[in-house]
Amino acid sequence: MSESLATVSYIGATILFILSLGGLSHPETSRRGNLYGMIGMTLAVLATIFGPRVTMAGIPWIVGAMVVGGSVGIYAARVVKMTQMPELVALMHSLVGLAACLVGFANYFDPSAAANLTSAEKAIHEMEIYIGILIGAITFSGSIIAFGKLSGKIDGKPLLLPARHWLNLLGLLVVIFFGYKFINTHSVADGMIPLIVMTVIALLFGIHMVMAIGGADMPVVVSMLNSYSGWAAAATGFMLNNDLLIVTGALVGSSGAILSYIMCKAMNRHFISVIAGGFGTGSGAPAAPSGDAQQPAGEVVAVTAPETAELLREAKNVIIVPGYGMAVAQAQHIVYEITQLLRDKGVNVRFGIHPVAGRMPGHMNVLLAEARVPYDIVLEMDELNEDFPDTDVAMVIGANDIVNPAAQDDPNSPIAGMPVLEVWKAKTSIVMKRSMASGYAGVDNPLFYKENNRMLFGDAKKMLDEVFAELKLA
Amino acid sequence: MTLMIGIPRENTEGEKRVATVPEVVEKLIKLGFKVAVETGAGDSANFSDDAYRAAGAEIIDGAAKLWSSSDIVFKVCVPTTEEVGLLREGGTLIGFIWPAQNPELMQQLAAKKATVLAIDALPRQLSRAQKMDALTSQAGVAGYRAVIEAANAFGRFFNGQITAAGKVPPAKVFIAGAGVAGLAAIGTAANLGAIVRANDTRAEVADQVVSLGGEFVKVDYEEEGSGSGGYAKVMSEGFQQAQREMYAKQAREVDIIITTALIPGKPAPRLITAEMVQSMKPGSVIVDMAAERGGNCELTEPGKAVVKHGVTIVGYTDLASRLAKQSSTLYATNLFRLTEELCKTKDGIINVNMEDDAIRGLTVIKEGNITWPPPAPKLPAAPAKPAAAKAAAPAAKSHGHGGAGAPMAGSTLAIMFAVAALLFWLIGAYAPAAFLGHFTVFVLACFVGYMVVWNVTPALHTPLMSVTNAISSIIAIGALVQIAPPGIAEVRGLILALAVAALALTAVNMIGGFAVTQRMLAMFRK
Repeated sequence: MSESLATVSYIGATILFILSLGGLSHPETSRRGNLYGMIGMTLAVLATIFGPRVTMAGIPWIVGAMVVGGSVGIYAARVVKMTQMPELVALMHSLVGLAACLVGFANYFDPSAAANLTSAEKAIHEMEIYIGILIGAITFSGSIIAFGKLSGKIDGKPLLLPARHWLNLLGLLVVIFFGYKFINTHSVADGMIPLIVMTVIALLFGIHMVMAIGGADMPVVVSMLNSYSGWAAAATGFMLNNDLLIVTGALVGSSGAILSYIMCKAMNRHFISVIAGGFGTGSGAPAAPSGDAQQPAGEVVAVTAPETAELLREAKNVIIVPGYGMAVAQAQHIVYEITQLLRDKGVNVRFGIHPVAGRMPGHMNVLLAEARVPYDIVLEMDELNEDFPDTDVAMVIGANDIVNPAAQDDPNSPIAGMPVLEVWKAKTSIVMKRSMASGYAGVDNPLFYKENNRMLFGDAKKMLDEVFAELKLA
Repeated sequence: MTLMIGIPRENTEGEKRVATVPEVVEKLIKLGFKVAVETGAGDSANFSDDAYRAAGAEIIDGAAKLWSSSDIVFKVCVPTTEEVGLLREGGTLIGFIWPAQNPELMQQLAAKKATVLAIDALPRQLSRAQKMDALTSQAGVAGYRAVIEAANAFGRFFNGQITAAGKVPPAKVFIAGAGVAGLAAIGTAANLGAIVRANDTRAEVADQVVSLGGEFVKVDYEEEGSGSGGYAKVMSEGFQQAQREMYAKQAREVDIIITTALIPGKPAPRLITAEMVQSMKPGSVIVDMAAERGGNCELTEPGKAVVKHGVTIVGYTDLASRLAKQSSTLYATNLFRLTEELCKTKDGIINVNMEDDAIRGLTVIKEGNITWPPPAPKLPAAPAKPAAAKAAAPAAKSHGHGGAGAPMAGSTLAIMFAVAALLFWLIGAYAPAAFLGHFTVFVLACFVGYMVVWNVTPALHTPLMSVTNAISSIIAIGALVQIAPPGIAEVRGLILALAVAALALTAVNMIGGFAVTQRMLAMFRK
């Protein structure tokens, strides 16, 4: 295959990737979109293997690596539970980061890569290697920590080192200093020390950054790491003078950046303050007892599963608001069965999804889809927030901060201004929770004390099983 | 010393209401007052003297004795000259006064050194005044009664039925003016099963009409009809022309018309002309709730139900009084809430606090000094604003997320452009040409990514992440080109090892990522 033919194949792959992302605009077209992605990837890989840059000598190695890696990938994709998607995605980001590092190092050792370059070009090339490895290393260690936090292997509470901002700044300065030294070295051996020092700092920075971020901010972190893995690919593309990598990396990078932006907006927080960390799980600096926030007044009214069933049976319009608690309790299937039962009785059941419900963007949608809930009754917050006044029962399953009226009413609340689902405007709201504990933001929820609110305490799955049994009786 | 509240019998012709009911008497006594009721005051509203007595009231025979022994008198109707004569010097009177329409009455009351609270002068826009708003409570009763009167005069069912004896079409009801009375009528008629249409010059009531089960009929003309304090105002000639056409059309189609259109301080607008009445189907009914102020219908005869051109035109001016028990109970509660405001100490003594916005507005005469009209209250912000906000909301929502469409602040935008320009200049000045080619591709790709990703539906954000994750394993190409580049014969141990490891890692990602995305997307179904 000639150079030009390979280039044309790359263009084809680029177009297919763009179409792939475009296809995700609607569930109907999304499957085809994924197919475009696969075809594009196959095309790109084959064009490279049979292109001018790879000789036949490499084929056994390539096939071996692909088979080993591919089998692991397929196995992981088969066995992963939908509730574990955030962990899997975080883990996969770390692989991209690590691969970017390895490719960067390999490229640096490769004497042929920097041959025939002028001094300015060489400086640029080395800078690309340096930046590529930097982003790759941050993505790698950050994603590993995110994986640990999401899977519960590491405590979800933010770890706040003293003077952490200064530490980060110091790290950045050191990285810049060594970058300067690195570009001005003349042999590979001389360049190794700055490169390795930088890699270590980048790894530490990645760990530190994600450790400082609380559980509730995980959707932002996961999408941010998604973005980083894209930028790492783009940096590698610059390093290798490969436009396909640059374009694809930029697509992925901007996709992740947009998701991070959407998540931040949904929490009414600035990207910088999320990254700077320290929010969530109310440990280091508990947000609520600042004294300014209003203490909710009123009484908490608990109900039983039969009473809940009664309320649902009499309702005409029901909105279910799921949160991370539903994922933890694996309650999505029973939620679907209840939905099915109510819909058969002519009750209008819909789902209201807050953008940051769960641990990654769109997490709830995937869980409900897994439970076979039709996607046309799963609506976004903006689509049904105005409908709560006409709703008889709003059922909140394992969510807290995203239905907190304090975000609208109490300007001193730490979550003030965050868009929330207005479940308290429904005629009755039922909150399913294990206890009265506050949510990840560490803020008490005045919703629980509202007159028209009922609390159904207990494990979401167990309680819903009981509700379902009661509903079936009638 | 506790004050005595007196409840005289209403002696206006046809008035059946009474200013308080036994249930409320108890509450007034709890506030510390004594209550006296004239013999037979509640008879026409089905409240017997015994019921009042049981509630703790003293029954006094004869109006003269009652008026003279009462410190405060609760009335429904505007007091007559004789009644004013009976009012004790320096006494307090609470009831409907209509100070603008009754200047002589005001003079007489002032001469008595009385303190007069006109329940009709309540600043209705204060939200805490709503509990005392007798105009609203009475209008609600009247609106209900208007539908009942219409149903009484109308020869058919309201609701559509399919029976063994044939099919019955539902009645079509048109309600002009969606104020309190109009809304009550809409709700009542809709509950009876009729098809209800309504119109109002104030566009913002459309939602309320719909929420009660009515259909809002628009006048095909652009003008906002909200006057001050939530009332309607007089509309322009062009609007009135369009409105007349709409009414004419409705008159031909509907079975029942209920008109409630009033403009404060002006005669009722003429909405239904004689021709329109003529065009209606025989047996149709018009209930003109504005009859007292001249009527919305040209042929209305105030106080009477007449049949003209085969159409029954009900012009009763006492609709609320025709449901005396209900309207009296609500009115009594309104006055009780007012008394609560006057007597915050609960010791049976009233304090007419002129600093209080609601009390200030109500008080038309204070100890013989006419204090009406009150200084303009702080009006709520023009209701046009929420309408504008509503219009903006759907526009922002049009785009999957809303964020991308929202324009940035000008200054932020300027700073961003400046920073971008500086960066581009630096790159242009120092970077070699080869780099610039790639850089162009990079920047354009960022924009393409930005545009494409904003279209992704939020429901698919997780698949989006896993598919972009799979796509980012394109980095495999970087590994591939280093495994066995042409022109180099020797096997390069370290580089090969690194490249093979990188390839294996990305393969996990590539194949696993696409597979898991496929698995997820297969689950999304209708």
